[in-house]
Amino acid sequence: MSKTTEFRICPTTGLKVDLDAEKLIKANAVVAIIFLAIGGLFGLLVALTRWPAVHFLPADWFYLALTAHGFDVLLVWIIFFEMAVLYFASAVLLGSRLAAPRWAWTGFALMLIGAVVTNIVVLQGQSSVMFTSYVPMKAEPGFYLGIILFAVGALIGCFVFFGTLVVARQERTYEGSVPLVTFGAVTAAIIAVFTIASGAIILIPTLLWSVGLVSHIDPLVYKTIWWAMGHSSQQINVSAHVAVWYAIAAMVLGARPISEKVSRMAFLMYILFLQLASAHHMLVEPGFSSEWKIFNTSYAMYLAVLGSMIHGMTVPGSIEAAQRARGLTKGLFEWLRKAPWGNPAFAGMFMSLVFFGFIGGISGVVMGTEQINLIMHNTLYVPGHFHGTVVAGTTLAFMAITYLLVPLIFRRELMFRKLATWQPYLFGIGVAGISVFMMGAGTLGVSRRHWDMTFADAQLPFDYPSAAFLMMGLNGIFAILAALGGILFIVIVVGSVFFGRKLGVDEKPSYPELPPAAHAVAEHGSAESLKIPGTAMLVGIFFVAFVLYYFVNWKYLSEVWPLS
Amino acid sequence: MAITPPSERIWWKQPIAKIELSWIIIAFTWGLVMFFMMIYWHGAGEQNLSNEAYKISPERFAERSQAMIDEYTVREENYFPVVHPPAGSDVYLIARLWQWWPILELEKDETYRLHLSSLDWMHGFSLQPVNINVQVHPGYEMVVTVKPDKAGEYGIVCNEYCGIGHHMMVGKIYVVE
Repeated sequence: MSKTTEFRICPTTGLKVDLDAEKLIKANAVVAIIFLAIGGLFGLLVALTRWPAVHFLPADWFYLALTAHGFDVLLVWIIFFEMAVLYFASAVLLGSRLAAPRWAWTGFALMLIGAVVTNIVVLQGQSSVMFTSYVPMKAEPGFYLGIILFAVGALIGCFVFFGTLVVARQERTYEGSVPLVTFGAVTAAIIAVFTIASGAIILIPTLLWSVGLVSHIDPLVYKTIWWAMGHSSQQINVSAHVAVWYAIAAMVLGARPISEKVSRMAFLMYILFLQLASAHHMLVEPGFSSEWKIFNTSYAMYLAVLGSMIHGMTVPGSIEAAQRARGLTKGLFEWLRKAPWGNPAFAGMFMSLVFFGFIGGISGVVMGTEQINLIMHNTLYVPGHFHGTVVAGTTLAFMAITYLLVPLIFRRELMFRKLATWQPYLFGIGVAGISVFMMGAGTLGVSRRHWDMTFADAQLPFDYPSAAFLMMGLNGIFAILAALGGILFIVIVVGSVFFGRKLGVDEKPSYPELPPAAHAVAEHGSAESLKIPGTAMLVGIFFVAFVLYYFVNWKYLSEVWPLS
Repeated sequence: MAITPPSERIWWKQPIAKIELSWIIIAFTWGLVMFFMMIYWHGAGEQNLSNEAYKISPERFAERSQAMIDEYTVREENYFPVVHPPAGSDVYLIARLWQWWPILELEKDETYRLHLSSLDWMHGFSLQPVNINVQVHPGYEMVVTVKPDKAGEYGIVCNEYCGIGHHMMVGKIYVVE
């Protein structure tokens, strides 16, 4: 390194912050939020078009908007934000210098160029191929090129992250093992490398095919490998947002993991098994055996689901233990009732946890069951499911931690506090509604990625049941709620980042309320005496809901035409 | 805390709380139940895919379909041939931009080997209102053995995006007593 690394000491947490890392976190987070705004706007246009009474966009614009929506929010917003999370979880949490800031900026630039290129190409209108771009449908070469550049940039970011871990270890910036949140970020980064490799394997030949250098891409091979990228990239999100849950529980409530061993094992399950999920998309395709489908779709006997179910208990459990240690011990739920619901970081995090489990998680497992997939594949049930995981889960969690990043990393006082208190509820409930009503419409057979559910222009008529139209109307209404929540978020964050009062060097932010670091719950007592009855009740409710919903869908399946 | 290194250096030797361990056992067991449920359904359930599939060129598939259409067309509807193949036979359904071709007429409680393939891009066979959904690829022929168990008129929606006419791609199957 030619120049010496500069640090500052955070007055709230006492962490040593590399200023290069801080700048990179800011840049990645700001760009992420800009793309959230763009992609979110496209999403609103899509929802308004699918609202039968509104039917806002013409067909070509609808398919264009849907392509842009998928790319901008599912990939660009989330991966940019994840880069911020990676730099935070390595350099900041370990008190280390960032390994190679210049490389990190190169990665950032590549990601930005790639994202802009693909957006421009999509807006030109000749590449409305959906985010998945299934061959033999062809997009302009720039569409694939932009995604490849973006992925290479992200890969560089992952290696800067790994490099920083090595630097921190060698320079002994911390004692013992890395923090749990960093461990979660390692999980996300390992999965990211796998994801990007899969993407390169399939998108580079596809790019060559689109410029005419390769004559044929097999659609089945394309789809299988594409989803090794497409689905695994969602597992980066899961790992990252679970790490964010732990981080917020620690920062807002001083919560300490119930057991480091169990939580880390659960992350390890993700690394080992989550990548099998490409199979979720191949359950009703020609050319696969049932043995392959069953093993892969279940992540080898549901071991990755086990990981999520463990986090689903240990995160609220650690919060309950921390709250009880503070004296909130009455009944089953005093700890939860008296939780800081007015703190948007906590409120967003806890809703993310609940919605991810109950809506996104359960529906994902049910839909990923080999035979049950027959009654859900490519219906609106699918986007219903993944808006439960990626939006109500990941996006809500990332929004929640942004409320901590603004005062702690951007060093600005948060503006519009009253609105900030309401924002997670507005967005969370809006997205939960979107998910549930799309799943409802899917159960009634409504197709995803479809401009006109009335089939007005079709040669042969067909009518979906009227309940499906009601579902899509409700979906539109909740999409408006979610959009309002999204706009609020952007106004609050962008406003604060650019116009909020600058915090002094040693000034602690007054909002959101954060306990001093020393306030952390030191001990939960010995393992035998751990008392978290409220969490036990919550996971009990979750389990019953899961089992009932699972078997209800087998019942639905048993009523359709016999197939073999 | 989760944002600091574990307070016990040897964290992997800390005992696991009973309540956590119980949840892990319950969740793991539930995973096994769900895993074996899929296998069980292959034996006991009536809705399974045989996974019978072949590589086939679009021309060859169109030829075979046309042979069936030539032999068993019983009437015409909206310029679509309505085909009534014999019970138990091999029936072909073409997916192409933006039609399901032809209209099939099947008999209730009879078994048919339904061959599905696309002549161009990927399509999605979505039989409504029963809500059976199968992916249709170009170059691959999938064979699904179906046994319609209720008479009536069924729609086939395309549920894989296939370009600007995607939302007009509707087909039909009649099931007659």
